[in-house]
Amino acid sequence: MSIDKDTVKHISKLARISLDEKKIDNLSKDLSSIMKFIEKLNKLSTDKTNPLTSIINASLKSRKDEVRDGKIRSQILKNSPEKNEEFFVVPKVIE
Amino acid sequence: MKNSLLYQRLLNNMSNISELFLTKIVNGIKKRDFTSEEVTKTFINNSQNSKKLNVYISECFDDALKSAKSFDKKKDYNGLLSGVPIAVKDLFCTKNVKTTAGSKILHNFIPTYESTVTSNLWSKGAFLLGKLNCDEFAMGSSNETSFFGNVVNPYGKQLVPGGSSGGSASALAAELTPATIGTDTGGSIRQPASFTGTVGLKPTYGRCSRWGIVAFASSLDQAGPMTKNVEDCALLLQAMSGYDPKDSTSVDVKVDNYTSKLTENVKGLKIGIPKEYIVDNMPAEIDNLWKQGIDYLKDAGAIIKNISLPHTMYALPAYYIVAPAEASSNLARYDGVKYGHRAKGKNLIEMYENTRSEGFGDEVKRRILIGTYVLSSGYYDAYYLKAQKVRQLIKNDFDKVFSDVDAILTPSTPSSAFKIGDKTDDPVSMYLNDIFTVPVNLSGLPAISVPAGYDENNLPLGLQIIGKAFDEQTILNLSLAIEKRANFKKNFKVWWS
Amino acid sequence: MAEKKFDYFINGENGKWEVIIGLEVHAQVLSKSKLFSSSSTKFGAEPNTQVSLVDSAFPGMLPVINQFCIEQSIKTGLGLKAIINLNSVFDRKNYFYADLPQGYQISQYKKPLVGEGEVILDMPYGTKKVGIERLHLEQDAGKSIHDIDPDNSFVDLNRSGVALMEIVSKPDLRSPEEVNFYVKKLRSIMRYLGTCDGNMQEGSLRADVNVSVRKVGDSQYGTRCEIKNVNSIKFMQMAIEHEAKRQVEILESGKKIDQETRLFDVKKNTTRSMRSKEEAHDYRYFPDPDLLPLKLNKGLIDKLKKELPELPDQKKDRFIKDHNLSPYEANILVSEKEISDYYEEMIKECDKKLATNWITVELFAVLNKNNLSISQSPISAKNLSSLVKMITLGKISGKIAKDVFEKMQVSDKDPKQIVEEEGLVQQSDPKELEKIVLEVLSKNQDKVIQYQSGKVKLFGYFVGEVMKVSKGKANPNLVNDILKIKLK
Repeated sequence: MSIDKDTVKHISKLARISLDEKKIDNLSKDLSSIMKFIEKLNKLSTDKTNPLTSIINASLKSRKDEVRDGKIRSQILKNSPEKNEEFFVVPKVIE
Repeated sequence: MKNSLLYQRLLNNMSNISELFLTKIVNGIKKRDFTSEEVTKTFINNSQNSKKLNVYISECFDDALKSAKSFDKKKDYNGLLSGVPIAVKDLFCTKNVKTTAGSKILHNFIPTYESTVTSNLWSKGAFLLGKLNCDEFAMGSSNETSFFGNVVNPYGKQLVPGGSSGGSASALAAELTPATIGTDTGGSIRQPASFTGTVGLKPTYGRCSRWGIVAFASSLDQAGPMTKNVEDCALLLQAMSGYDPKDSTSVDVKVDNYTSKLTENVKGLKIGIPKEYIVDNMPAEIDNLWKQGIDYLKDAGAIIKNISLPHTMYALPAYYIVAPAEASSNLARYDGVKYGHRAKGKNLIEMYENTRSEGFGDEVKRRILIGTYVLSSGYYDAYYLKAQKVRQLIKNDFDKVFSDVDAILTPSTPSSAFKIGDKTDDPVSMYLNDIFTVPVNLSGLPAISVPAGYDENNLPLGLQIIGKAFDEQTILNLSLAIEKRANFKKNFKVWWS
Repeated sequence: MAEKKFDYFINGENGKWEVIIGLEVHAQVLSKSKLFSSSSTKFGAEPNTQVSLVDSAFPGMLPVINQFCIEQSIKTGLGLKAIINLNSVFDRKNYFYADLPQGYQISQYKKPLVGEGEVILDMPYGTKKVGIERLHLEQDAGKSIHDIDPDNSFVDLNRSGVALMEIVSKPDLRSPEEVNFYVKKLRSIMRYLGTCDGNMQEGSLRADVNVSVRKVGDSQYGTRCEIKNVNSIKFMQMAIEHEAKRQVEILESGKKIDQETRLFDVKKNTTRSMRSKEEAHDYRYFPDPDLLPLKLNKGLIDKLKKELPELPDQKKDRFIKDHNLSPYEANILVSEKEISDYYEEMIKECDKKLATNWITVELFAVLNKNNLSISQSPISAKNLSSLVKMITLGKISGKIAKDVFEKMQVSDKDPKQIVEEEGLVQQSDPKELEKIVLEVLSKNQDKVIQYQSGKVKLFGYFVGEVMKVSKGKANPNLVNDILKIKLK
């Protein structure tokens, strides 16, 4: 399936990546050629196959319910581009 | 004692240290042939003269030297990697050392934690020499997608080192680090190893912890050793592996003593040769190399069997659904809020969109968008689910042949190192580089690339040996058998310093 | 008791409309640490102090599941008489928001931990079965604070990663009142189980409410709207009423309902569209590759089943059958775990029927007056039980008991002590009482004559006089007996 410019716009919106017209143009071409390559899979019938659920043949391991983490606010905030002493700071959310 | 030390030094002139293998360096330090400081200085010196290769993103030379000195004072020689400086791919989070994943979006990120795999190295006596360049978020096969510029292959100014662990491969081949570690999602250890005449091993999925490694595609990513020979590879694999309760996909299977069990005696082992790995337009020299590899193993007493892995041709398309899908979600956390680059924006959404637009390079964008597309409403079944079914078929192929053979021999790559810029305009032709390596990631199996010869341009070529799950020992042993017979020697002169 | 009939309909211009409601309740799992990390879940901590590197989605961080949260969800599933799925899968729900640091929420989409179950409601018009569609485990998000700074929002990740059970009902509810009963029953079940504290003020229980309407008699469901994140039963009821009316108006004007997500505005008592947000949402669910499928062993489920406490429905049946209580009484007692605990504590010592009366009449009056819950009761179960016991043993009269009860509210003293200190012990000495009776009769010769000539109603008067003289302490049964003999 070729990926037209509207599709590029739509998925870049979902992926939260802003793109200018030129980029959209290029991406439409690139993504189309990638999708064409991917669509080789259509030659293969997989109706009777179950999808792989995990590459490891094991059940999920779990941990005990113990509080052993947290109280590291300065570490958590240290790398933030914008913060105050207590919070991450982000531009106002508009709904 | 003093005299003998002096004598040793005269014997081992300093510049030779860097040519030594990891195992030799560890033993040399243990035997007091040289000190950790001497070793470290040698590699720092080499590294400082390597700017043209562009392998380092962060240099930790001062701290490395401090660590070396303090090691020499403490004299604790018990670790597997006692006193050895090691530079690692910049995908491993390192405490208080900038970790970028080759991306602008993490250009200023300083973790407050250390990845499990690097911790394992440090707990065995090694210390950090620096952080090595790689493709952005490990997405690439030529190390040309890095925000910090492309890496050059020591085999030629115009050549890529492969990717994504390109910085690691070049640094290793150029003797800027005694050994290194990389990560392999679709071939990112084995392909650059093949391009630089080094040994690279992707362990079984779950063998090494993924905790603290910047994620690309969680169900495929696996860290592994990159070394100058097979013996070193066994040692480094042993040092870095192990179960980690912090990684739910880590597997609690005993780590073998790969080094002590390492043997070139592979007599009677059954080796499968998959007919599907003969691809269109494959250079004759790759085919010849493969035949040569078969002869080496025959000579070593292995039994060669023709096998079929019928779904091989679907591996790469399936990979280019699964890996971008997982990546599109794994990379959602880079939003300018908690760490890394943040762009301006009038409101939250604008800030996100600008940050991610400025922060990610073209290849990362392509993969995020492909991943977003194949998961989006209405397409999930046609792409993602289909790919997971294909993945199951590919895994079934391997399961079936492994009831009959002990390992599989294939070429590592369909070509030798290509020229910088050759494939950057055509993503699909770039992807085709991983045609032999990707099926292994999709199936979670271990595989190694071992240098086995040169092409007509004197560029190294590697052979890949694929093993059963958690049977890294067998592929190490087979590699050793090839290594002994191929007698591969690096054939470039230092041109970059 | 005459049964009421169900009567919640919207009367439109051209007929009666039925309201169809389904609830997605988000219940915080009662656990010490988060679903996929070891940081604390405690309410009310300083911002960002209960946040690990995992909760704030640092590069390379990985989730490891909390076993207790799995077991709490299984228990809840069992309490809802639901199917527990031996194989379930955690998926990623992808969307961007400031309080969602990973850029996705780990949830369960196609294969939830718990399948179909049911909740029984005792409505005034009879019992009603509400189907449960599923229960799954998921992570809570953090909190964005918009009102501190005019240009910026502040993000607190303390809640990020806290375990939630999303309990999805079938569209079986038909009125705000049924929603009230349903949420209370669900909360009560979880409190009995100890799997969720149900504290709505602290956000431990919230719901998304799905509302649609259809003409009475229609069999097909109408288009529904989802009202997001309502955090009190009262608001749920208000939102439903408003939303149902809105939909009826739209339909009656010949227009169509858009399936959409709406927000309940408490101040304006109205719902409004969140459409702008909705459009951008395509959650791109896929199995979380950082986690393996969750495979449960049947042994664990059997073990949890055995350990399950008695739940409200079972308790109610037992109270009716073994304690001889009416269904009405039993219902009140089991409605909250704390009430039934109080009752069961009392009846270790005293009569069941009397205990029920004292709880549901006297104690509830006091609690209501002071706006207290039973766990804050000024009178302990032990002391109330000892009061009731004194009545049954004839030590005090019912009337005295009420006085003592008043005093207990102030001090929560042992009623025996109060009775002793105040000299309120019942007079049960026949000789003493006989003296008083004779005294009263001799003072009222005329009335005795009237009584004996047939005016038997006067018996009550004599009893009253005796009680007066004894200052209320006379044992009324004995007084009756003696009077009957003396008046013959």
